[in-house]
Amino acid sequence: MKSRTIKVDYLARVEGEGALYVKIRNNRVTDVKFKIWEPPRLFEAFLRGRNYSEAPDITARICGICPIAYQMSAAQAMEDAFGVAVAGQLRALRRLIYCGEWIESHALHVYLLHAPDFLGYEDAIQMAKDHAEIVQQGLQLKKVGNELMAFLGGREVHPINLRVGGFYKVPTKRELAPFIEKLKWAWDAALETVRWTATLPFPDFEQDYEFVALRHPDEYAITEGRLVSNKGLDIAVREYDDHFAEEHVPYTNALHSGLKERGAYLVGPLARYNVNFDKLSPLAQQAARDAGLGPVCRNPFKSIIVRSVEILYACDEALRIIDEYETPEKPAVEVQPRAATAYGCTEAPRGSLYHRYRVDDQGVILDAKIVAPTSQNQKSVESDLWQLVPKYMDLPPEELTWRCEQAVRNYDPCISCATQFLKLHIERE
Amino acid sequence: MSVRESGTLIIGLGNEYRRDDGVGLVVAQRLKAAAPEHARVLEEGGEGVALMESWKDADAVILIDAVHCGAKPGTLHRFDAHTQPVSTEFFHCSTHTFSVAEAIELARALGRLPRRLIVYGVEGKTFEAGPGLSPEVEKAAQEVVERVLGDLRCDLPLAQS
Repeated sequence: MKSRTIKVDYLARVEGEGALYVKIRNNRVTDVKFKIWEPPRLFEAFLRGRNYSEAPDITARICGICPIAYQMSAAQAMEDAFGVAVAGQLRALRRLIYCGEWIESHALHVYLLHAPDFLGYEDAIQMAKDHAEIVQQGLQLKKVGNELMAFLGGREVHPINLRVGGFYKVPTKRELAPFIEKLKWAWDAALETVRWTATLPFPDFEQDYEFVALRHPDEYAITEGRLVSNKGLDIAVREYDDHFAEEHVPYTNALHSGLKERGAYLVGPLARYNVNFDKLSPLAQQAARDAGLGPVCRNPFKSIIVRSVEILYACDEALRIIDEYETPEKPAVEVQPRAATAYGCTEAPRGSLYHRYRVDDQGVILDAKIVAPTSQNQKSVESDLWQLVPKYMDLPPEELTWRCEQAVRNYDPCISCATQFLKLHIERE
Repeated sequence: MSVRESGTLIIGLGNEYRRDDGVGLVVAQRLKAAAPEHARVLEEGGEGVALMESWKDADAVILIDAVHCGAKPGTLHRFDAHTQPVSTEFFHCSTHTFSVAEAIELARALGRLPRRLIVYGVEGKTFEAGPGLSPEVEKAAQEVVERVLGDLRCDLPLAQS
């Protein structure tokens, strides 16, 4: 019996604290566990007994990278429950700040967290020594996204200007104008990013995923739509719990989410791209085609190109929104609470983020459920490794480990903002 | 050129709700009241990219953060970033993918380090949830305030680095 153990204690460049365990016996993979060590954060419990209006600000604390996603899923859930529609320019402004979040989150991942994997660097610092201009460009792109978030949200980490019903304060068209030049620069940089990521070396690896994303008839869905998949799912957000189930798995502190009928599925940029390619702007579609991507992409390593296409789309969309912007009369729509169950789902940078609340007639939250993208992708992360490891079994141990880490980072996992490492453990017997 | 001519940027880092992790912020708050006019004082969470952005136009920067490297609680470490690399192990309390040490090293790789960068690290005792410094770190915080005021008084000539 051939036995070998490969151990890597710390995998950097992911958000949060987790571990990966791969067991190989006689050149066969016998076990894969993607473990999330992070202690339970109990946000769903904190929310009980709080007022509906506090949900966006409390849930924003879950993530420092994608607070807008949490605020928007929470706010829209409440609006849905209370029968309120936030439309017109207020809706457009929400999409605009969300574009800012996509730009900053995706630029961070593409340039600082994922690219070093493809170029063979331990981290962005090593990469910067040889590719200073590329890293500078990534930092500058991220900054444009952060500035948009800080301007519309009041500050970039845990913004304070979003609320149920809209905003506390809305900008004038003149105040938004300085972003036009910045976004035009970002647009060019994003196009270069798409071209550059397309030149990276990609492993030949495809999986027959079920891609799940919001889909909207008129736009590349960010803030609303029906949950649709490439395998026949097509449901309203309020039907989520009929089709998806979360289960506790002993080795991880994050619930595993699966489709009741079919199990593993994938959310995030790759899922959105596959479900909504036809809704990308013509320029973004063209850039994707020029980069060698068709309307369907099943190679998870190519998610770095897809993220770049989404940065380009977000710049395109932000410019369109600013161009068409007129200051709304009121910064928010009036909201009257009533007893109801509230359902909300938006497309966080890492994928669909589902919120459900039960609220009483005074607007007090009775219970809450939050399903984050990373918890939905856990099964797919493991499934990728089951398929990937046999393919690369003959690589030297360090290279195999590297490949596994890279495969995990394809998902830009956000285990949380609380800690910063993932332990990888490959055991061979 | 001295820092008095260029102005010095003082950045206190940390999370005030994680006990001693907030020491950088406490020092920054005290320096806001005590520092001379030519010094600007900022409080930051410690996210590396934001940090690089905030110091980009500064010639001289003093950073204050909590560290956790096994020394006696309250121990004060002082580095000159130009004379030694900053270990990523040292500032591992950061809540972000991109820590203070990584920001310093990335800035160095990109040629974007401030011309003068002094880092004060205070060894923390407890990083549990909640406000308030431990007595050891509280004592060290006052010492850092005085050391930084001393740095500002003697101008930290750039030639030192």
